[in-house]
Amino acid sequence: MQLTLEFGGGLELLCDSVKIHKVNFDTQAEEEKVTMKHLLPWIRTNLIKERPEMFMKGDSVRPGVLVLVNDCDWELSGQLDTVLEEKDVIVFISTLHGG
Amino acid sequence: MLPCLPLSPSKFLLTVSLAISLFLSSLGPEKTKPRLPEQVSIVCTFMEANGNGVMVNEASKIKSEIESLEAKKSQIDLRISALRAQLNSSNSNGVRKEQVTDSSYSPSTGLSSNGQLSADMVYRYSRHLLLPSFGVEAQANLLKSSVLVIGAGGLGSPALLYLAACGVGRMGIVDHDVVELNNLQRQIIHTEAYIGWSKVESAAAACRAINSTVQIVEHKEAFCTSNALEIMSKYDIVVDATDNAPSRYMINDCCVVLGKPLISGAALGLEGQLTVYNYNGGPCYRCLFPTPPPTTACQRCADSGVLGVVPGVIGCLQALEAIKVATAVGEPLSRRMLLFDALSTQIRVVKIRGRSLHCEACGENAIMTAQQFRNFDYEKFTQSPLSTSPLKLNLLSEDARITSKEYNERIVKGEAHVLVDVRPSHHFKIVSLPNSINIPLENLEGRLSEISTSLEEGGNKSVDTSEGASLYVICRRGNDSQRAVEFLHKMGFTTAKDIIGGLESWAHDVDPKFPIY
Ligand SMILES: [Zn+2]
Repeated sequence: MQLTLEFGGGLELLCDSVKIHKVNFDTQAEEEKVTMKHLLPWIRTNLIKERPEMFMKGDSVRPGVLVLVNDCDWELSGQLDTVLEEKDVIVFISTLHGG
Repeated sequence: MLPCLPLSPSKFLLTVSLAISLFLSSLGPEKTKPRLPEQVSIVCTFMEANGNGVMVNEASKIKSEIESLEAKKSQIDLRISALRAQLNSSNSNGVRKEQVTDSSYSPSTGLSSNGQLSADMVYRYSRHLLLPSFGVEAQANLLKSSVLVIGAGGLGSPALLYLAACGVGRMGIVDHDVVELNNLQRQIIHTEAYIGWSKVESAAAACRAINSTVQIVEHKEAFCTSNALEIMSKYDIVVDATDNAPSRYMINDCCVVLGKPLISGAALGLEGQLTVYNYNGGPCYRCLFPTPPPTTACQRCADSGVLGVVPGVIGCLQALEAIKVATAVGEPLSRRMLLFDALSTQIRVVKIRGRSLHCEACGENAIMTAQQFRNFDYEKFTQSPLSTSPLKLNLLSEDARITSKEYNERIVKGEAHVLVDVRPSHHFKIVSLPNSINIPLENLEGRLSEISTSLEEGGNKSVDTSEGASLYVICRRGNDSQRAVEFLHKMGFTTAKDIIGGLESWAHDVDPKFPIY
């Protein structure tokens, strides 16, 4: 499954300062639906190069990270249960406080 | 073109304060009575509900005194504005001058009793009035509105300038900071002449210079739980232009308690974010971020840097959203968030969740009341300080640290030593001490052999000593150097010492010409 993963708000620093990653994501588990629950650990293993605790907490993202699936808050599509499809764009953005 | 400030700030202040004191004395003695904090009236309102007759009487007395003082205060503000305008216009030639004291129009809004704009207002705001989707109604709404801008920094600067220019009726500015040279790269409302002045005074002067008809209220204090409700209650719309996590939660909760729309902006590095909270049934900040992020995720501009124009872009957009909310024109950015990426010039507007039923501030069983708000410890909640004063770690025992002065004495004596600078390499490129070697903290573990080699070579030796070279570690402010020394001790470099306060203390105590950043 082709996915575009984007990191912003400082999260890109966890993956060699590369913001956009076009990835081929295939789950080993032969389940019917591929969800965010499958994607997050895959990202932690394959893309995150340092301080994984700055990306994940438990089985979800850490507090202060917004997840957007096709420009829409994942809260509106079922969070970890959001079903992923071919060519989806998933954005992880850390909330900023500076000014 | 802006007219030049005709006087230096100090002379300007003298003239204005003279004018104020003359004006105050003309208003009679009760003017100088200190204003009672409005909290008093809030407390009394609760007692009213309890049916305490004496307190009701007392409360209404206090309230009416506050009202009359407020009215006089706004007269004084107006007079100051007029005097300032007079000062400025003496410099400009051939520019149409405004008569802000036209008696048939309300001085606070420039509107007549039947809602008509004065001739000067028509002329000043003509480009707004010509906009079919904006027009007289929207301008009149703007003139009647009030906006509180919290933070007169990178975001607040352009927001304040545009809000003053566009004709918001009353504008409050909150900040406790003073203007510093390293602010001017992005905080465009301040000028060199105001370095060392309070940001609020500097920003207020700039706003008055643009539009003397706007009533500017100066809040030269930190926004905190003890004054937040009182300050915010006097405004219709709130602009969050602060720079830290605890302030963002505090401002959000205060807006929820008082039912004010919140125009929230943030910028760091080369990215910005913008949204409108607590508007028209939309979510609040806590609906989105119920749990504060770990402190290590909260970077500050002072540490991570920011390209000046980035908060500029977001601050302008905050002014725009405030204008839309004030005028009821257009669709404010509620339930949506704008993400700005300066490097790729991308603006993405994403859909965000609505109000959360479980939100601790605005949800169905929310516990956030005025009382709860006053007692809430936002620094503890977010584990980070409200003020911008940088962290001061104290990890090491005294014998593992030396002051920058002592270090200097040892160099002068010719002590053989190795100085490791553990700042990131782009910091090291800005400025560094002679003969220091740069090994960023994050690479320290992998580059210990370089330290060993340098020590074996005897370091920067000018006098031969029988003992080996000593090892010192420095960074910008003296926090990372302590972390590094702690690590070095563990790795067997037991003589490593941290230079207390880092390069900042070197510049402060040893070499005043050493650049600080
Ligand atoms: Zn909420």
